[in-house]
Order: sequence, then structure tokens, then C-alpha cells
Amino acid sequence: MSGPVSSTTTTAAPPDSQRSRSVRQGARSLRRGAASWSASVVLAVIALCFVVPLSWLVLASFDAEATYETALPASFSLANFTAILTPEQTFVPLWNSFILSGGSAALTVIAAVLAAYPLSRFNTRFNRPFLYTVLFGTCLPITAIMVPVYSLFVQLNLLDSLAATTFFLAATSLPMAIWMTKNFMDSVPVSLEEAAWVDGASAMKALWHIVVPLMRPGLGVVFIFVFIQAWGNFFVPFILLFSQENQPAAVSIFRFFGQFGTVAYGQLAAFSILYALPVIVLYILVSRVFGGSFAMSGALKG
Amino acid sequence: MKLIPLAPAIILIGIFLAGPIIWSFYGSFTNAALTGPNAKNPEWIGLENYTTLFADPLFPQSLLLTVVFVLVSAVIGQNFLGLGLALLMQRAHKAVAAVVGVCVVAAWVLPEIVAAFVAYAFFFRDGTLNQITGFAGLPAVDWLFEHPMLAIILANIWRGTAFSMMVYQAALNDVPKEITEAAEIDGAGGAKTLVFVTVPMIRRSIATNLMLITLQTLAVFTLIYVMTAGGPTNRSTTLPIMAYEEAFRYSDIGYGTAIAVVMLIIGAAFSLAYIRLLRERKPS
Repeated sequence: MSGPVSSTTTTAAPPDSQRSRSVRQGARSLRRGAASWSASVVLAVIALCFVVPLSWLVLASFDAEATYETALPASFSLANFTAILTPEQTFVPLWNSFILSGGSAALTVIAAVLAAYPLSRFNTRFNRPFLYTVLFGTCLPITAIMVPVYSLFVQLNLLDSLAATTFFLAATSLPMAIWMTKNFMDSVPVSLEEAAWVDGASAMKALWHIVVPLMRPGLGVVFIFVFIQAWGNFFVPFILLFSQENQPAAVSIFRFFGQFGTVAYGQLAAFSILYALPVIVLYILVSRVFGGSFAMSGALKG
Repeated sequence: MKLIPLAPAIILIGIFLAGPIIWSFYGSFTNAALTGPNAKNPEWIGLENYTTLFADPLFPQSLLLTVVFVLVSAVIGQNFLGLGLALLMQRAHKAVAAVVGVCVVAAWVLPEIVAAFVAYAFFFRDGTLNQITGFAGLPAVDWLFEHPMLAIILANIWRGTAFSMMVYQAALNDVPKEITEAAEIDGAGGAKTLVFVTVPMIRRSIATNLMLITLQTLAVFTLIYVMTAGGPTNRSTTLPIMAYEEAFRYSDIGYGTAIAVVMLIIGAAFSLAYIRLLRERKPS
């Protein structure tokens, strides 16, 4: 790839531009070519800085004699993976993570769709204050409320309950989910439901049979967003779940680090990769299937 | 009647979010403890937790460290690096930009505990960073012990820059090419075009991004807890770490709650500022 030539695609003149301009533009695109080349070099250096720490994780997981140094394994080995593939080490924690994330994502999507419907379709005086309160809740640092949440769970005898923690995680992601769902629902035209209303369908029927099917991609994004957040959450289950059979992978991996992290680096890396894999796959799914900007637009537009 | 579908959401948020927030104001006036007789039946002790907090030399230190952490790692680090990356990616070859995007986003997609381990391994005494500086002939430094703040700040920049980068990529896509090109035809250099044309056009995205990354960074716990646990001797104890330590290690829930209230008030101030920004953007 030679810089100046290939860069013409990025600096191509708009089709309606005048001829006289295109001469000057040609000279500029040469200059741009050099700029494009140097931009690529700078980017590559920055990207290298981002990748170097990660390369340790991958290399160490396949190295039976891994240390904290980044090094090519003397021999490629799956020993770390086979060592940790036991029920108590991997399968139970991953299953718990799945229950927590899947459960809270499902709860969140259902509650968010129900809540978004009146907010999107009916104009009441209640809407704006509610939406701004929800947005306010989106911003509050969850870390800050974990101490009072612990007290609440003590009072209600909910500590170490997987179900209660699932509900709590659903509640924490609900403000963001309502905000996103309402934005997605706003883009579904009301005229379709109005036809259903004329035919005598109730608002709830119209919601489930007309609106929800039309906003499936949006709901998919919300579900995956909540799932990824819950899957990666460490602090909440760390505070609220303490018996080993209830702990999700985020917490069990931390216990493993505390007990064996100073000896079994390779296994720690292997476990980390197994645990990270599902969210990486989901993220790729969201950005490939739905497009990254689509997901961002639901989350960020006001 | 029309508002009945809101009930499940309101109940969930009411119990698990609004409840603890309201309770935290009450709890910070009690001597609630993790275990023992004060665990189930805490007593009202008035402002004692707050007077202790404001007299505690650790509090102003934690507050300062939190401000430094947010300012350097988010407002300066993530924000400028994110903007720089987005600008460079516009100029660079498409394929290069795509690969770089994946590299930066990779650190952001990982679960936080995994990212924290990776950062720990990188800055560890026998870790990758010292390996690299060793190649350059520099002496090994115990980063996590000697420069804990630097280590957690760099780790947070590494982990969080992707968010700013994506916000700015989206914002720059909305800036019409004709405008920046017109500025360059009129003889404005790249830097001038950036400062006087591009930045003013994306200023709302900049404000939104700054507010969101500030709130996110204010709440960072796992990264710091795994890398330094606030140490050595509290030299990297930010407010979330301090609240956790007081509540769960020293079993003083009431005192930890008072710290939580301070964090909530700081967070609330930023949230309100953010919401005002959004309302300005969309006055309908």
C-alpha cells in the first residue's frame, strides 16, 4: 500500500464540485497522502501500547510455565485450560454468571418495555419529570451505594441470595435500559398501533403484537448491553454473595487470584480468557449485526 | 390507568436504588456495624460520623487522590487520547483505522476484573513494563509500590479511552467535510481548523463525554482494588476504596455510609450538570 495513491479514496472530491477546484484538490491530496501515512504510523504505535498488556494474557494462558513476563511459550500447551476445567473451578461460577446476567437482562428488558410504552405513547405531565429522574439514576455511581445496599440486604435477609442479587442488578441497569428502549420505541410509527386500536385491540395487545416485534433489534441491543454489564460486574456480587456455590466467575476468579495467583499465572490467564470470551462474542455480535453507531445512538441521544 | 405499565420498573428502582440512597442518608447518622449488636439494631448518633470524617486526615487525602485520578486519567488522559485517536483515524488508511479501533476497544470490552489482572501483571515488579524498560537498559521499578497513582491512572486510561474514542468518532462523522475543507482552502492549517472549526462544532459531544467519563471514573473500584488495594499505606486510596475499607474491613457500616453520601453528592452534582446539558441540546 503506497500512501499517496490509496488515500485518494478518503479525500475524493464531492461529485458536484467544480472542475477548477479539482486541480488544487489533486495537489492537496498528495499532501494529504503524506499526512495519512504519518497518521497511520502514529495510530499503529498507540495501538501497540494498547495491545502489549493484552498479549500477556493470551500468551500466558497457553504457557504451562507462565510468569508475569510476556514471553512466547517454550511449548504451546493447553495444560492451563485442562487444569481449570472442573465443576467448582469453572463450570459452576460460569453458570452462576449466566443466571445473574441472563436473569437480570430478561427482567430489565421486560420492565423497560412496559415502562417505555406509556412514556413513548402517552403525553402526560408525569413523563418529563420521570424521564429526567431516570436519567439522573443512570448517572449515579453504583459503587457509592453498595455500602447502603449491603445494609438493606442485611435488613431484608437477602444476603447471599442469587435471586435478590439478580433483581438488584436489573434495577441498576433499568434507568439506562428505559432511556434506550424509549428512544428505540419513539422510532416505531404510532400509525400501526392506531390501526390495531381501531380494530379493538387493547394497548397491551398492540404493544406485544405490533410494537415489540418491530423493535426486536433495539431490544436485542438493550438485552446484550445489560448482559455484558452484569457479566463483567465484580463489585456487586463481591459484596452481596459470599458462599462459594453462589459466586459468579468475576468473584471466583478474584478468589483464585488471592489463593493461587502468585503461583498459577497461566491458569489465572486461562480462566480469565474463558470468562471474557462470552462478552467478547456478544460485543462483536452487536457491532457486526446491529452496527456500533446504532447501539451508541440508543444510549446517547437525548 | 395509563401509567400502570410503569409499576414494575418503579417498584424495582424504588426498592433497590431509591431505597438504599434514601437509607444512606439515615444510615450515615447511625453507628451501624458489620457484625455484633449494632449490626441489626443500629443507634442514632447524629453527626458523629461526619465530624469523624472531616477530622480524619485520610478523608482530604482520599478526596484529593480521587480528584487527581479523575482529572488526569479521564478528563485529560481518556478525553484527549480519545479525541486524538478519532481525529487520526479520520485521516489514516481505513484498514489501519479499523485495526487500531479493535485494539483500543479490546481493553474496554474485557470484564473489569480481567482488565484489572492484566494491568496488574503489566505493572508488576517482574512484569511486562519492566521487561520493556529493561530492554532499554533502565533499572527495574516496582511501579505498583513506588508509583501506585501513576500505575492506576495509566491503567484507567488504557481501559477507558475506547469510550471517548467512539463518542468522538460518532461526533466527527457528523461534521460536514465541506466545512473543514473550506477552512483549509482558506489557508487555515490543520491545528487552526481543529481549534476554530472542528472543536466548536462538536462541543456538545465533548461536554457529554467529559461528564460521562467523570462519573464513570469517580466510581472506579475494581481496577484500583486489584492493582494496589489502595496501598501502599493509602497512597492510592480513592473515595470508593476508602468507603469499602471502612465499611467492610473495619466493620463500620455507618462511617462507610457517610463516605458513600459524600460520593453520592459529588455524583449527583455532575449528573445534574449533565442533564442540564442534554436539555439545552433538545429544548422540545
